[in-house]
Amino acid sequence: MTSGISSEPGTPSQTVPPDRASRENQPRWRKDFPIDWAEADYVSRRDLIKYVVLTSGAFAVGQAYIVWKTLQAKAQSLYPRSLIAGLEELPVGGAKTFTYPEGSTPRLLVRTGPEEFVAYDQQCTHLQCPVVPKVSEGKIHCPCHNGWFDLKTGAPTAGPPRRPLPRVLLDVQGQAVYAVGVESKTL
Amino acid sequence: MKNGRFARAQRMPILNSILAIVVMLVVLQLWLLTASTNAYLGGDEQTALPAAFVSCICLLLNVGLLRYLYRLD
Repeated sequence: MTSGISSEPGTPSQTVPPDRASRENQPRWRKDFPIDWAEADYVSRRDLIKYVVLTSGAFAVGQAYIVWKTLQAKAQSLYPRSLIAGLEELPVGGAKTFTYPEGSTPRLLVRTGPEEFVAYDQQCTHLQCPVVPKVSEGKIHCPCHNGWFDLKTGAPTAGPPRRPLPRVLLDVQGQAVYAVGVESKTL
Repeated sequence: MKNGRFARAQRMPILNSILAIVVMLVVLQLWLLTASTNAYLGGDEQTALPAAFVSCICLLLNVGLLRYLYRLD
C-alpha cells in the first residue's frame, strides 16, 4: 500500500500521494486528476473557449484534408477513351457487361433505343449484388434485396439502395460506342 | 473596480456570449465536416471546397473572438 489518508485532527482528510511528495511536486497529470474533491480545479470558461477554438482548428484541418483528397482523386480520374461495343452488337433492349477502365468492377451497357445507350456499374449500391436491366419497364432490378433503379438516371426508386448507380459516360460515334469516363457522384 | 474598458460585471456577459458564439460556430463546423465527409465518400466533389471555405471562416471568427478575449483581460 503506497498511499493513504492523513488523519490529523481538525483538518479535512487528504489523500497522500504514492510518492508522499507535496502537491506542488506532483506530476501535472496527478494535479489535473486529483482524488480529493477539494483539490479539483474546474476548467474556467476561458480555458473552455481555448479548447473549443482548438477543436475548431481540428475541424478546419479535417475539412482541408477532404479538399486535398478530392483534388488527389480528380488528378487520378483521367479516364481513357475505350471502345466497348458496336451498334450491331446489341439489339434495342439488349445489354452486355464490360469493364472500364481495364480491371474495374463489371459495368453494364444497355441499349434503350436505336441511338440511345446507358451504362452503369453493375454492382448494386446496397450490397454489391449484380443488377439486372428491365428495359421494358425502364428500370434496373437488384434481385438480392428487391432494389430498383431508374434506367435513364440510375437513381434508386425502391428498395434498400439509397445511392444511384455510378454512371459510365458514353460517346456514340458512327457504329461504335465508346466509354469516356465514370461519373461516380452518388448523392 | 474597473479594469480596462469593462468592469468585471460587464466582462462576464461578454465572456458568456463569446463562449456561446464559439460553441455555435464549432457545431456548424462539425455539421459541415460530417456533411462533406458523407459527400466525399459518396463521390460528390463539389461540396468539399465551399465547405472548407466556410469552415476556415468559422475558424478565423473563433480565433478573432479568442484574441478579443485576451485583449479583454
